[in-house]
Amino acid sequence: MLVLVTYDVNTIEGDGKARLRAVAKACRDFGQRVQFSVFEIEVDPAQWTRLKARLEAIIDPKHDSLRYYHLGANWQRKVEHVGAKPAADLGGTLIV
Amino acid sequence: MKKLLNTVYITTEGASLRKDGKNLVAEVDGAERARVPFHMLSSLVLFGAIYVSPALIGACAASGITIVLLDRAGRFQARVEGPVSGNVLLRRAQYRVSDAPTEIVRSLVVGKIANQRAVLMRALRDHGAGFAVERRAAIENVVDRLAHIIARAERKDDSTDAMRGSEGEAAHLYFSVFDDLILSPASELRWRGRSRRPPLDPINALLSFLYALLTHDCRSAAEAVGLDPAVGFLHRDRPGRPSLALDLMEELRPVLADRLALSLINRQQLQASDFVTEDSGAVRIKDDARKVVLTAWQERKKDERLHPFLDEKAPLGLVPYLQAQMLARHLRGDIDAYPPWFWK
Repeated sequence: MLVLVTYDVNTIEGDGKARLRAVAKACRDFGQRVQFSVFEIEVDPAQWTRLKARLEAIIDPKHDSLRYYHLGANWQRKVEHVGAKPAADLGGTLIV
Repeated sequence: MKKLLNTVYITTEGASLRKDGKNLVAEVDGAERARVPFHMLSSLVLFGAIYVSPALIGACAASGITIVLLDRAGRFQARVEGPVSGNVLLRRAQYRVSDAPTEIVRSLVVGKIANQRAVLMRALRDHGAGFAVERRAAIENVVDRLAHIIARAERKDDSTDAMRGSEGEAAHLYFSVFDDLILSPASELRWRGRSRRPPLDPINALLSFLYALLTHDCRSAAEAVGLDPAVGFLHRDRPGRPSLALDLMEELRPVLADRLALSLINRQQLQASDFVTEDSGAVRIKDDARKVVLTAWQERKKDERLHPFLDEKAPLGLVPYLQAQMLARHLRGDIDAYPPWFWK
């Protein structure tokens, strides 16, 4: 399934910059960055649970927010990209 | 259903692979070319001189990703595999199925005959107007009869041996009109039937050489996905024979080898003078001409075709790997049948 994770981390409060980096790193471990603060993450439910727990342990809920958009297993028709830096199809044929 | 994991092929020489967090990062000349999370991958296949960082090797081993090293020509060199490996299970499944291989043999045979038929139909389409009426009729007749054999092989009640028989019958028909596909007027470059060990005429020498290249690729492909290349389905086990590689090769032979041989001869990239007959009667390709063949082979492998099952474009050179992967998925029970590769 594909989950879109977006976040807003307040970098002024406390160790905000460190939290921002940690959130980005956790997302990058599981998916690909499609825009600043926006990750497309293809995971199975167990992996999602793990990532979700990791993200929610990082943020400070008083200042930061996370939004999850569940796009399901048949997400291909629900995602459209226009403009620069199109996302790679990680399920497609990968040849470098 | 289990998710089908992806494979990354690295064919750019000088590329370097490293680990970053839980990602595989592929770089060429310092620029990032691909970044894939480990949980989406099942293997890396590297052609030629590719640098792999020690941290990545460790991470792949830990996450069950197989690293396969092939040389520049695509020949198998080494496989790096972590401690928890599905291989023993895959191999056991392969051995079990090889005792009653009817369904896989059916796919292999149908795929092979369909591709042989496609080669003939392609020749009719390209050069049909130039053929003499009776030659054209002969080829059309074989095309029809191959269609009947395919229909028969697809029937469920045929035994494995009956399908082996169908394959032989189809090969006989196919090669009975093979001479008509050769447009060169040279009398040395005629087809008089298959001969091997040793090949006794130039066309046979060329086919044998191309089949050898293809066998290597199929063997590499089998090893790359962790299958035992010696245990086949259509080909029975025999010591020293890469039966599974030969199985994988069957459906690719007409397209990758036969068509290429015909092109080389018909475009006059190879002439009768490019072959030598040795005292034993064996015919061999001269060294210079061999380079022509190898270059054409490598170019051919870069041609992209739509893969009918994956519904994606893939270079012909990757088809053996994709087919071996399908076979492994079928043996593991991820897909119900082995889907043959059809050339269109």
